[in-house]
Amino acid sequence: MATLSLPQSSYIRDNSRTFTEWLKSWLLTVDHKRIAILYLLSINFFFLLGGLAATLVRVELITPQGDLMSSDVYNRAFTLHGVIMVFFFLIPSIPAVLGNFLVPLMIGARDLAFPRLNLLSWYLYMIGGLFALIAAVFGGVDTGWTFYTPFSSTYSNSNVVMTITGAFIMGFSSILTGLNFIVTIHKMRAPGLTWFRLPLFIWANYATSIIQILATPVLGIALLLVVVERLWGVGIYDPALGGDPLLFQHLFWFYSHPAVYIMILPAMGVISELISTFSRKRIFGYEFIAFSSIAIAILGFLVWGHHMFVSSQSVYAGLIFSFITMLVAIPSAIKVFNWTATLYKGSISYRTPMLYALGFIGLFVIGGLTGIFLGVTAVDLHVTDTYFVVAHFHYVMVGGTIMAYLGGIHFWWPKMTGRMYNETWGSIAALIIFVGFNMTFFPQFILGYLGMPRRYHVYPPEFQVLHVMSTAGASILAIGFIVPLIYLGISLRKGRIAGDNPWGATGLEWKTSSPPPTYNFDKTPIVTEEAYAYPPEAAERDAASWRPGSPL
Amino acid sequence: MRDFPLFPDQASTFATQVDQLYFFLVALSLIFAGVLPFVILYLIVRYHRSQKVDRSNPVNSNLKLELTWTIIPLILVMLVFFWGAFLYVQIRTPPMRTLDVYVIGKQWMWHVQHPNGKRENNELHVPIGQPVKLIMTSQDVIHSFYIPAFRVKQDVLPGRYTVMWFQATKPGEYHLFCAEYCGTEHSLMIGRVVALPLADYERWLATPGPVILPDGSIDTGRPTVVASPGDPMAAAGAQLFTNLGCAGCHAMAGGGVGPSLKGLYGATEKLNDGSTVTADENYLRESILNPTAKIVAGYAPVMPSYQGQISEDQLNQLIAYIKSLADTGN
Repeated sequence: MATLSLPQSSYIRDNSRTFTEWLKSWLLTVDHKRIAILYLLSINFFFLLGGLAATLVRVELITPQGDLMSSDVYNRAFTLHGVIMVFFFLIPSIPAVLGNFLVPLMIGARDLAFPRLNLLSWYLYMIGGLFALIAAVFGGVDTGWTFYTPFSSTYSNSNVVMTITGAFIMGFSSILTGLNFIVTIHKMRAPGLTWFRLPLFIWANYATSIIQILATPVLGIALLLVVVERLWGVGIYDPALGGDPLLFQHLFWFYSHPAVYIMILPAMGVISELISTFSRKRIFGYEFIAFSSIAIAILGFLVWGHHMFVSSQSVYAGLIFSFITMLVAIPSAIKVFNWTATLYKGSISYRTPMLYALGFIGLFVIGGLTGIFLGVTAVDLHVTDTYFVVAHFHYVMVGGTIMAYLGGIHFWWPKMTGRMYNETWGSIAALIIFVGFNMTFFPQFILGYLGMPRRYHVYPPEFQVLHVMSTAGASILAIGFIVPLIYLGISLRKGRIAGDNPWGATGLEWKTSSPPPTYNFDKTPIVTEEAYAYPPEAAERDAASWRPGSPL
Repeated sequence: MRDFPLFPDQASTFATQVDQLYFFLVALSLIFAGVLPFVILYLIVRYHRSQKVDRSNPVNSNLKLELTWTIIPLILVMLVFFWGAFLYVQIRTPPMRTLDVYVIGKQWMWHVQHPNGKRENNELHVPIGQPVKLIMTSQDVIHSFYIPAFRVKQDVLPGRYTVMWFQATKPGEYHLFCAEYCGTEHSLMIGRVVALPLADYERWLATPGPVILPDGSIDTGRPTVVASPGDPMAAAGAQLFTNLGCAGCHAMAGGGVGPSLKGLYGATEKLNDGSTVTADENYLRESILNPTAKIVAGYAPVMPSYQGQISEDQLNQLIAYIKSLADTGN
């Protein structure tokens, strides 16, 4: 069924004659798919930049002394890593790239509800990124991505205002994307596509959008007040000016904890798609997975104080936050169990996206369980602000979000480009990333329980062995991130033509051509069945058609 | 293995308790993280598309299963929550009788003053077998006082006191870290905690040494600590109390313009808006720096603010003095 050439017209092709025309057709596009590609390129650029900063940090930590760089440079390196990765990679990654590309396709719409707003989101993202880059080039910022006051508002001598402006502007990009998704999902579903027929990726992005809209303004306000205090000396956070330093932490985490769910919920949506497709089965417990996304989004708003158990917040507040944090574990566990149950009686293939999905489950389980350690007040007293926390959130962010992001990119690559990537290299890279990741971050749990504080430029010599192991793992991880860049790039020219539905997946996005035409569907599809509507005998048929030599 | 430890020292009463809970969590995690991957591995091998196995009648949902994997984890997390909560309350609640030590954090050093006036920088000497309470504040940004071997950590904030307590169990030297990022030399804001048997500790306390001031300078003008200390921190506070003219209004016998401070510390004060407040270190601090914030019932808001006129160090001495007035009642 493989077609021999790409479709005559698609969103990628246009009839511009000169380079300027071509460039304009991209930079002024209102096509959600083209905007997704713009995001893909810019987000990956920031990912490489953040990765470079991480490399500096890991190389410095090979020895206990501060021999590669001064402490000021080190502090700027880990701050750059944090700011770039959180605000300019993790938060926009899946929603802005995959969400932008897929939300309209999955619900059978022509575009998002507000295409121009969508383009504006990308420009805001780029302007925010530009501010962050300028701040980094002209001396950097040394507050950590958390901007804790009164250090950031009074004491730091670095480009705090510039960086905060970048994060502030980027926040609007995030809000507008969320707004666009919510309206689109409410109003533009194809006829027959009821809420409970939606793919779980849509549910996950819907939950994410709610968080983006409700939480991001609080971050904006909190950061704006830092600037106000810094520039004009208005006492808000600094007790020397009559402010309250803890106020910032409350406001900051009121956003930044839900922000963690902005990163992980869409990732969970991707995993649901992958597991179902490569098991040739309807996902197990659809409603439970859908509602657990909503539950996580709601509970996520009520747990910010678990970042503050040692901040001098009252004991009772700490207990309440700890209690609600425990509850968040439940919907997360429900998802993991349902994914596992989906495998039962499936016809499982080990294609690259599936490898990422399985890797995601493994890493997310470790990230989630260590989250319980940190949610338990008495244990958190010891391990908070140590490498235990660093390891935990990398397991959730990198092990979770990036695994899903890469899995999603591979899965929808044929849809986005019309071509297949090299499956062998894909599997190798997925394996390298999984191994490199665990080597990098598992030793950090041990370091953390030993008491190694985070953000330390020099450290006691007894921690060196574990740090060297971590850095060794990081270099493997770096290779794992570079390999896909190469074979994905090559596939753009040399890749096999994918055809409309190379995976035999369900879902409206596979019903149109690859790459899709500008207006997605020739005529509006009418939906008559639930999501993942694999017939009961689909798995059996798939297995029966397997011959030695077919793809694993 | 000294150079490659995998588990931290246990040197306080909390250490063993926190570790027990930690090991319980590790065991629970192993049940999930140790078993689940094998279940997944089994499923992906058994149901790989190349395997000819029975795939008929696939199930898409099962309420009983869903309830099982909702309720069992819920019970388990509640168990660890309550275990952790009781321990947390214990760690955060200092006992009545403690050895009070005052800590000032600043970029980038720790300054410690013991009740007898003995001072030290980036070191903390404590006796074993005795509850020690640290009363901490910061001169600039937020720091965090962290002793991994004791499993205790508490942020140290500017503009208020935070309190942390522990009871050391094993003599030795342990790491002291600043755990809250505080700027350029954050990773050099470290030191050691020296836990000593009581007799050694008392000998150490009485050993004359230089008086190190919070700014790191050594004050040679003042007398060094004498062999049998009375209560020099409170004594210094008493001196300040006179010099600053506090005694003019706060007459000890009562009847002054301000309330008597005798027996104040730890008591419950009635305020003129009808509410009550416990006179702890933070209340005393606020009443000195921002006297009109809380007015004791029956008094006028006439006390001037001492904000900016006394250092954190002097504030600690004043508070030590006011606290010593409460002790005389016992």
